[in-house]
Amino acid sequence: MSVLAELSGNIGTVGYGLSAIGPGIGVGIVFAAYIQATARQPESATLTRTYLFLGFALSEALAILGFVVPFIIT
Amino acid sequence: MSASIVLASECPPNDPGFCAPSVLEFFPKPLATFDLFGVHFAITRITVILWIATAVMVWFFIAATRNMQLVPGKRQYFAESGYSIIRDGVAREVIGTEGLRFAPYLASLFFFIVINNIMGIIPFAQIPPTGRFAFPVVLATITYVLFNWVGIRQQGVGPYFKNNLFPAGVPKPLYLLVTPIEFASTFVFRPFTLSVRLFANMLAGHLLLAIFAAGTVYLFTVGNFSVIFAPVSFAMSVVMTFFELLVQVLQAYVFVVLTSAYIAGAMEEAH
Repeated sequence: MSVLAELSGNIGTVGYGLSAIGPGIGVGIVFAAYIQATARQPESATLTRTYLFLGFALSEALAILGFVVPFIIT
Repeated sequence: MSASIVLASECPPNDPGFCAPSVLEFFPKPLATFDLFGVHFAITRITVILWIATAVMVWFFIAATRNMQLVPGKRQYFAESGYSIIRDGVAREVIGTEGLRFAPYLASLFFFIVINNIMGIIPFAQIPPTGRFAFPVVLATITYVLFNWVGIRQQGVGPYFKNNLFPAGVPKPLYLLVTPIEFASTFVFRPFTLSVRLFANMLAGHLLLAIFAAGTVYLFTVGNFSVIFAPVSFAMSVVMTFFELLVQVLQAYVFVVLTSAYIAGAMEEAH
């Protein structure tokens, strides 16, 4: 079997790239929803800001888990 | 100051290739080492930067509030508006009037993180101490203990864990699914993501700046046509410095907002 492509170095970095896709989309949706909510009802901006950061933190968790993988698996 | 002092390089000497700065940046040579109660301590320049930054911040706030006037001077105005961003903008808004008693902690947390983050772009320091994992871990641990303590104090041990692990209004069989998720997200991932978010942003931001700076020096000195790309790398390092300033302040703000959101969640009675 011939080798078409070879990957050297830490495979965990590829894992981080993959784990960043979902949170990237998720964080985008969270902020889009916040902007939309604020545009529709500007008075609600301070009310929904907490949920913005909570949602952002929760969606970002997977990317953060992915970030530490290259450090753990070397 | 030559590049070799600032950048911890791991390349072999006389290597003509580009030597990219790596995570070793965050492991400089210890300036002093000592053992205390069986624990090995190593004082590196990152520790010294942390001390200086924290001392500057403490001095600023003491000096600004020692002789307070009804009509504030420049320094008092700056300190007061900085404190009010956290007190009114975060503590009162996220937690409510009850949250005002956490304002001193939240403000100290914010200014400690922000001054240590900004050390990443201050000339001659140029490394954020919060990029060392130990510092965010300690800060996240304080927050973790604080919000659990507040929740237990406010609601009692049983109701606190019941509200967190068994949220009301969920069909009984679904608890099989909900309880492990709630446990993981509240008691495991919260402190973990809180610390790693700050650490990762500071580490990545510092490496980004270091790579563009080292790349500029390399492209200028390599001695062939690639010198025409050096200004691009230089421009990127300038742009990224301003981007880092934004990220550093934002990450400190996010840390504080999440801390107060967790405290607010712990203080809430059952829905």
